[in-house]
Amino acid sequence: MARVWIQGGRVLDPGTGHDGPADVLLADGRVVEVAVGLEAPDADRVDATGFWVVPGFIDLHTHLREPGHEYKEDIASGGRAAVAGGFSAVACMANTDPVNDDPAVTGFILDRARQDSPARVYPVAAATRGLEGRVMTEMVALREAGAVAFSDDGQTVMDSGVQRRVLEYSTLVGRPVIVHAEDRGLVGAGVMNEGPTATRLGLPGNPAAAETLCVARDLALAEFSGAHLHVAHVSTAGAVGLIRDARCRGVHVTAEATPHHLTLTEEAALGFDTNTKMAPPLRSETDVAACRQGLADGTLDAIATDHAPHAVHEKEVEFTAAPPGVLGLETAAAVVLALVRDGVLSPLQLVAALSTNPAKILGLEAGRLVRGAPGDVTILDPDCTWTYDPAKGYSKSRNSPWAGQCLQGQVVATLVAGRLVYHRDRGVLVP
Amino acid sequence: MSNTPPIQGTRPGEAGNAGSRRPQPDSVVLDDDAVRRALLRIAHEIVERNSDLGSLYLVGVPNGGVPLARRVAANLRQLAAQEVLVGVLDTTLYRDDLITRGERPRLRRTEMPSSVDDRCVILVDDVASTGRTIRAAMDALMDFGRPRSVQVAALVDRGHRELPIRIDYVGKNIPTQREDLVRLREGESGALEVLLLRCGEGAPA
Amino acid sequence: MMGRGLLGIENLAREDIELILETAEHMKEVGTRDVKKVPTLRGRTLINLFFEPSTRTRTSFEIAGKRLSADVVNFSPASSSLSKAESILDTAKTLDAMDPDAVVIRHKVAGVPKRIADQLGAPVINAGDGAHEHPTQALLDMLTVLEQKEHVDGLTVTIIGDIAHSRVARSNIHGFRKMGAEVRVAGPPTMIPAEVEALGVKAYGSLREALEGADVVMALRIQQERLADATFPSVREYAATFGLDRAKLRFAKDDAIVMHPGPVNRGVELAADLADHRPSVILDQVRNGVALRMAVLYLLAGRRRTVAEDREK
Repeated sequence: MARVWIQGGRVLDPGTGHDGPADVLLADGRVVEVAVGLEAPDADRVDATGFWVVPGFIDLHTHLREPGHEYKEDIASGGRAAVAGGFSAVACMANTDPVNDDPAVTGFILDRARQDSPARVYPVAAATRGLEGRVMTEMVALREAGAVAFSDDGQTVMDSGVQRRVLEYSTLVGRPVIVHAEDRGLVGAGVMNEGPTATRLGLPGNPAAAETLCVARDLALAEFSGAHLHVAHVSTAGAVGLIRDARCRGVHVTAEATPHHLTLTEEAALGFDTNTKMAPPLRSETDVAACRQGLADGTLDAIATDHAPHAVHEKEVEFTAAPPGVLGLETAAAVVLALVRDGVLSPLQLVAALSTNPAKILGLEAGRLVRGAPGDVTILDPDCTWTYDPAKGYSKSRNSPWAGQCLQGQVVATLVAGRLVYHRDRGVLVP
Repeated sequence: MSNTPPIQGTRPGEAGNAGSRRPQPDSVVLDDDAVRRALLRIAHEIVERNSDLGSLYLVGVPNGGVPLARRVAANLRQLAAQEVLVGVLDTTLYRDDLITRGERPRLRRTEMPSSVDDRCVILVDDVASTGRTIRAAMDALMDFGRPRSVQVAALVDRGHRELPIRIDYVGKNIPTQREDLVRLREGESGALEVLLLRCGEGAPA
Repeated sequence: MMGRGLLGIENLAREDIELILETAEHMKEVGTRDVKKVPTLRGRTLINLFFEPSTRTRTSFEIAGKRLSADVVNFSPASSSLSKAESILDTAKTLDAMDPDAVVIRHKVAGVPKRIADQLGAPVINAGDGAHEHPTQALLDMLTVLEQKEHVDGLTVTIIGDIAHSRVARSNIHGFRKMGAEVRVAGPPTMIPAEVEALGVKAYGSLREALEGADVVMALRIQQERLADATFPSVREYAATFGLDRAKLRFAKDDAIVMHPGPVNRGVELAADLADHRPSVILDQVRNGVALRMAVLYLLAGRRRTVAEDREK
C-alpha cells in the first residue's frame, strides 16, 4: 500500500493538545510520523494547506438501516455518506429488521461493512430482544461477535426492573449501554417539543420532562450498578444538569448531543416541515444553550449525528404520521463548526467531541494523531461555503433540515486505515 | 394587500388609464349648477315619457349613480308631487372583467327596499361609456325579479360604446378620447361636479 | 396575504380581516334575495377536499360556492396518507393537474393545507387542520360579534373549553386580538396548552373570573376522545366546573352574547336553554358562515392568469 503524506495543514490532536502546523505521514495503515517539515517524495501527497488535519471523526450514533430497510439507506451508501462527512468510523444502531439482537446479524453487518463500506462500521447491538424491553440480549456473545455497545435506541426500556438488569449485566462485558431517554407515557402522542411553538401550531407536545424523568431514572440505576451509561442525543437543560451532578458524584456516565440539538430550536418546525421532526424533538432556546454549555464544560462528551434516513414518500405525509429523524453524516462537520465560530468550543474541543471522546467511549483505538495510531485522518476546510443538496449526496435519502442551505465548513478528504477514501474533488474512492 | 377602488365614473372594460403622457390637472366640465340643471331636465323628460309615475323605481348604480338617483327622485317629488322608489344596486358581482383582473374590486352596498316586479325601473349611473356597467346592472336587475320596463339615465355620456346599450336620458354628451377619465365628485357640502382628466395622445405634455 | 389562499388567521393583517368582513356584509344581502345566486364565479371550479368528514362546514362551502355560480366538487379521501399510501405531494400534484380555481381542505392533522398549498397553483382555503386553525370559523365568529356589538375593539372575549385541542380557539384568539379585543381562555389545566400566554391571552382556572366583564362568551365543544385520553375525568365534572348556564353567565356583562361553533353538547358545555335562546347567537353564526365563505371565495377564487401568460403556455 502506498504511503500517504499530508502536507501543510494545521494538525489538531486533542490527546496531546497539539494545535499547530505539522505534516502527517501514513504507512501500512497507521500514522508513522507527525512533525513539521516532513519530506516523503515517494508518498502520495495530499495538500492540506489552509486546512485542519484531525483524527478521523467517529459517529457514536448512526442508523445504517441494513438489514431490512435498504430502501432508506444501506451499509454501502451509509458508509459513503460517512466518509464524505469526514467520519472514518460509525457505530450503527440495532433497530434494523431483523433487529441486531443476535450474533448472526452482527456478523452480517460486519461482513457487509468489510465488503462495501469505506468507513469502519462498529455495530451497536440491542439491549433487549427485539427491542421489546423485556428480555436481555446475550451481551457476551454479541460482544464476541463484534458489538461495541448495547442500545435499544429507537425505543426506551420502560420497565425499570428490566433496565436495572440490563445495566447490571452490562458490567460483565464492560461495554456502555446507550439509552434513548424518552418516557413513553409522557411523550404520549407528542410530535414536537411541548412549548409555545407546539401551542401555536396546534400539534401535540412532548414535554422536556419525558427526557429528564428517564435520564434521572437511568442515572440512579447506573449509579448503583456501576455500569457505564451513555445518554444518547441529550436535548434538554434538565438532562444536562442531571448528568453534570451525577458525574460529580462519580457515576460512570457519558453523553452526546446531535448537531441539530446544538443549533436548531423548536421554531424550525413552524412551517410544518417534517424534516424538522426528530426524536427527541428540537427544543427551546434555553435547552439548546444548555447543551452547548454542556459540551463546553465537558458534561456532554461527544457530538453524534443520529443519522436517520427515511424515504421521501415516508416524510412527505402529515406531520403526525411522518417518522422522526433526519440525515446527519454529510452536514455534521459544517453545522458544528458554528460552535467554534460562535466561541462555544475551541477547535481542539470540537475535534475531541467528534473523534477522541467517541473513541474512548466505545473503547476504540482511534481518535488520536500520533505515531502508531490508526491511519484514520480527516482533513477539514473550516472556511469554505457550499450549498447542501441532499439529492447530490451519498445517502439514499433526502430528509435533512439543512437542504438547500448555505453551510460553512467542508470536509476536504477522509483517510481510513492509511488510505484516501474520500476527497472533495474526486468523491468517494470505492474500496 | 392594496385594493384601490376603481375611480368613480370609469370602470375597467371601459376606457382605462393607458396614458403614456403625464395627465393634465382635472378640468371641471360640469359644475354644481350645470349638474343641477341637467338633473332637473332629466326629471322633466322622465315625467314626459312615463305615464305611470307611481310605478317608477329609480335604481342608482354605486357610487356615482346613488346621489344622482336621490336627486332625481327629489326633483320628481317637487315636479309631480310623486314619491318615487329609490334603490341602490351594486353591480360588482356581475362584472364581465373579473376574469382578467388580478385584484378583486371592493363590493358596495345594495339596498333594494322593494321588489322590482312589474315596476318601471330607471337605472341611474353617473358616466356611461362602454355600456358594460349598464349591461351588468341589467343582469343583476333580472335576478331581482321581472320589471315591467327598464330605462337608463346617465348624467354624462362620453361615448366609446362597446355593447348595444342605449341611454334614454342623458344629462350631457361629452366627447372624450378613450384614455381620458371622467368622474363625478361629491364635495363635503353635497355639491356635485363632473371632472375630466385628459390623458390621451393629443393632450399637450 | 390572499395571494396564496387563506391558511390561517395568524398571518393575516388586520386590513385583510376587515376586507373579508366588509365583503361578507355585502354577501349577506345576496342571501336575502329571491334569487340567491350571482354569476361571479361562473365557470370556476371549487374542490372541497375533506380528509376529515364534516357535513356542516362542507355544506356551507358548497352553498357558498354555488351561490357564486361556481361548480363545486367534493372529494373525501381516506383520512390518512398512510392508509392510502398517497403522499401529500401526490395529492397536491393530482389536484393541480385538474386546474381548480380554489381548493378547500380539511384534515385532522395540522399543517396539511399549508403543505398542499406550497405545491398548488390554485389558492387553498383551510377548512380546519387538526388543532391548528379554522380561519373561516373565526371570521364568521367575528362577523357575528360585529353584528351584535358593532365593533370588536375593546371587547372582552372569553373562550371556554378544550383550548389545547381546538383550532377554533386558536383562530379566534388570533382574530379577535388583531381586531383589538382582549381574549381570555378558561378550562381545566389539562386542556390549556403549554405557554398559551405566548399567544397573547390570559388563562383562567376559574370560570367565574374568566367571565367577569366579558362581552362575548364562546363555549367550545367537548369531545368524547378527550375522555378516552384522560384529559378530564367525566362529563359531569366538566359541566359542573366549566359548563355554561344562565346562573354562571350572570358574572359576564348583562349584554354578553353566547357563541358556540356547533354542534352543541347540551348539558355539557352549554345548558340547553342557553343554547336555544338569546343571548345565544349560534344560529346567526351558521347563517353568517355562508356569507363569510362567499366573501372568501369571491376574494380568492378565479385568480386567472392573464391572456399574455396563457399565450406563453
